[in-house]
Amino acid sequence: MNELVFFINNVIVAGSVTGSIYAIGAVGVTLVFSIMRFAHFAHADMMTFGAFMVLLLTLAFPGAGAFLGLPTAVVMLPLAMVLTAGLAVGIDKVFYKPLRAHGVKPIVMVIASLGVTLMLQGLIRVFAGTSGENLYVDDRKEIFRLALPFESVRAPIVVTEPQIILFVLTIICIVGLHLFLSRSRLGKAMRAMSDNPDLARASGINNNLIVAVTWVIVGGLAAIAGTLLSLDVTFKPDLSFFLLLPIFAAAIVGGVGHPYGAIAGGFLVGFAETLAVFNWGVLLRPFRDSLPEWLANAGNLAFVGSEYKIVVPFFILVAILVWRPTGIFKGKVI
Amino acid sequence: MSTQQTHREDLVASPSRFPLREAVLFTILLAAIVGVYTAMGAAYSTRMLVEASCYAILALGLTIQWGYAGQFNAGVMGFVALGGYCAMAFSMPVNGEFWASPLSGELGMVALMALGGVLVVVGASKLHRLGVPRPLRTGLAVALALLFYLLVSARLGVVTEQIEAQYDYIGGLGLPPWLGWIVGGAVAGLVGYFIGKVCLGLRSDYLAIATLGIAEIIKAVLKNADWLTRGTATVSPLPWPVPGPAEVGFTLARVFYFSITAVMIVAIFLLLSRAYHAPWGRMIRAIRDNEVSAAAMGKDINHRRLEIFVLGCILMGIGGAALGSFNSLFDPQGYLPLNHTFLVLVMVILGGPGNNLGTIFGAFAVYIIWVMSEPLALAVLDLAIAFGEGSFGWETSATLDSRALQARVFVIGLLISLVLRFAPKGLLPEKVKHHG
Repeated sequence: MNELVFFINNVIVAGSVTGSIYAIGAVGVTLVFSIMRFAHFAHADMMTFGAFMVLLLTLAFPGAGAFLGLPTAVVMLPLAMVLTAGLAVGIDKVFYKPLRAHGVKPIVMVIASLGVTLMLQGLIRVFAGTSGENLYVDDRKEIFRLALPFESVRAPIVVTEPQIILFVLTIICIVGLHLFLSRSRLGKAMRAMSDNPDLARASGINNNLIVAVTWVIVGGLAAIAGTLLSLDVTFKPDLSFFLLLPIFAAAIVGGVGHPYGAIAGGFLVGFAETLAVFNWGVLLRPFRDSLPEWLANAGNLAFVGSEYKIVVPFFILVAILVWRPTGIFKGKVI
Repeated sequence: MSTQQTHREDLVASPSRFPLREAVLFTILLAAIVGVYTAMGAAYSTRMLVEASCYAILALGLTIQWGYAGQFNAGVMGFVALGGYCAMAFSMPVNGEFWASPLSGELGMVALMALGGVLVVVGASKLHRLGVPRPLRTGLAVALALLFYLLVSARLGVVTEQIEAQYDYIGGLGLPPWLGWIVGGAVAGLVGYFIGKVCLGLRSDYLAIATLGIAEIIKAVLKNADWLTRGTATVSPLPWPVPGPAEVGFTLARVFYFSITAVMIVAIFLLLSRAYHAPWGRMIRAIRDNEVSAAAMGKDINHRRLEIFVLGCILMGIGGAALGSFNSLFDPQGYLPLNHTFLVLVMVILGGPGNNLGTIFGAFAVYIIWVMSEPLALAVLDLAIAFGEGSFGWETSATLDSRALQARVFVIGLLISLVLRFAPKGLLPEKVKHHG
């Protein structure tokens, strides 16, 4: 039974944590893809930027969280979301809009977004340095240990406070996004534009407004994803190139331009990663006596070492591109 | 869209025109090189020239992918690292102790097991020809692949751990470096083939994502496979194909090396120019500019795209190998997306994608600016700190130096954005001739 608890801690909890972060990140990427039709490489750095804003605000007002009984970083999140949304709209105005007006190919937009990535990364590194920082400046990370009511189980299920916040926020994000896209006027206009921009314009939808709204949502989601990631581990300025691959893999697996697909894809990639690096030998331990010797003494039975984690999203990406380039939910644009 | 314009200035050929722009730009470049020589000394400047020429080979590889065919490769770093690894593996002396030990035989067994596994899985994936239903065949092939993967990787883990503990790493092959360069190009081309095969039939964005990923994977493998590369412990000194600094002195040895890379650039340049003006080059441009009509003319688009992508990757492998040998140090952690992917990208889009002369100009010009920006940034910073401390009594943090260098990341990004916005065809735009 201890092994099962170990499995829950290392796969179920850890997988849902990475899955939620990838899901929120992938939704942002897929929204940009469905409205503006290019792969937005600067998304991971927008996430880092959002987390960095939270870090700055937390350092500036370390006591703010104590009033509400939440970590200061979470209290500062809405403000950071606004700042990141502003940044996203600004970046679009300065760097992407002129190119769009020229009618360049989507791949040129991709290169432009890489330029933006480097600029953001440079700025963050100049101000934050290159080392990791903890977002819990004044607060203590609460750790909840749920002991199971069985005699043979000694190890508890461990969930930390940021992980609980993460689950709650992920659910809020998903429900909020769903309500926005299916009920509100703007959300419906967004969906119309993603289906057919010309037809949407002809029926009186202001394309520029929709683009701006998209960036606001994308910026806000990026700030949430970045902050949650940094809360769970630490804030690092140079995460982005490692985040891009899983996020894009998640968006493509779910079907590009398909927000619900991106959420499913995010959890799929997150769980695939944790399952691949999990040492399956642990689960065999209780049956050690009844197993053949070569299997019982196999040692580490993980599919890949944790240093090769990045291989997993890549493999998923390649597999989906080979077998079903439209993704499991049939994205619109391929 | 812009493809339907009636009049495009760059389409009008003017063969008799004196190449004023080229002459001016290359004169400025020459003046800059002379300036660097007088300011920094011959040994330093020659090193800069050799590195710039290796980068020019990388840039030529990228320019045929991006300029000739409109494919965006965001993982130049991976191909460079592969080339560097091959240069290292071929040129380092043979580790006699390891090859004499039983472990080499065990490593061979693992290789045979892997080969056998691949054959069995490939065989299983062809089972449908024997009448096995397709879903069953796929399931069987996947299950067999997983099984063999686990068996081989467990065995490999045991063997490599012993190798690392007893013999450090398996050493090189003790062959001349240029052989490693050729093989480096071939290996990079092979990896490019697989990536291209998967991605080139789809949207161009997917290629960018996949190459970005494969670059990080290649780096992770080279960094963590200590038995193959010594990982973070790094391998040095790599032998040179020319007399090294110990025999003839720094400047002369680097001049020798430069003569080799210069000959390579000239050869690649001439071959590429010939290909560009040949019917093959015209076909490639036709595919880039209008895929649909090229397909209607009976061109095999995906095949041609794959061809050019692999060609570009081969050049990157060769350039990376030459760069790795020259550095005389194989350090997997030294391969950074900024230095080995985005710097090359800036060289190409600033110089002129699709214009080989422009690309070579861009490579040298950007590399000189890049190298000079380091002492310059630090000098400006020192000045600012001295001024700040003197007049306001600033407290400066100790990490400020390393942070100032990060400003170069910002500058490269800004440069990419500005070039795309204001000079999308680069300083020396591609000249497309009208035929008939």
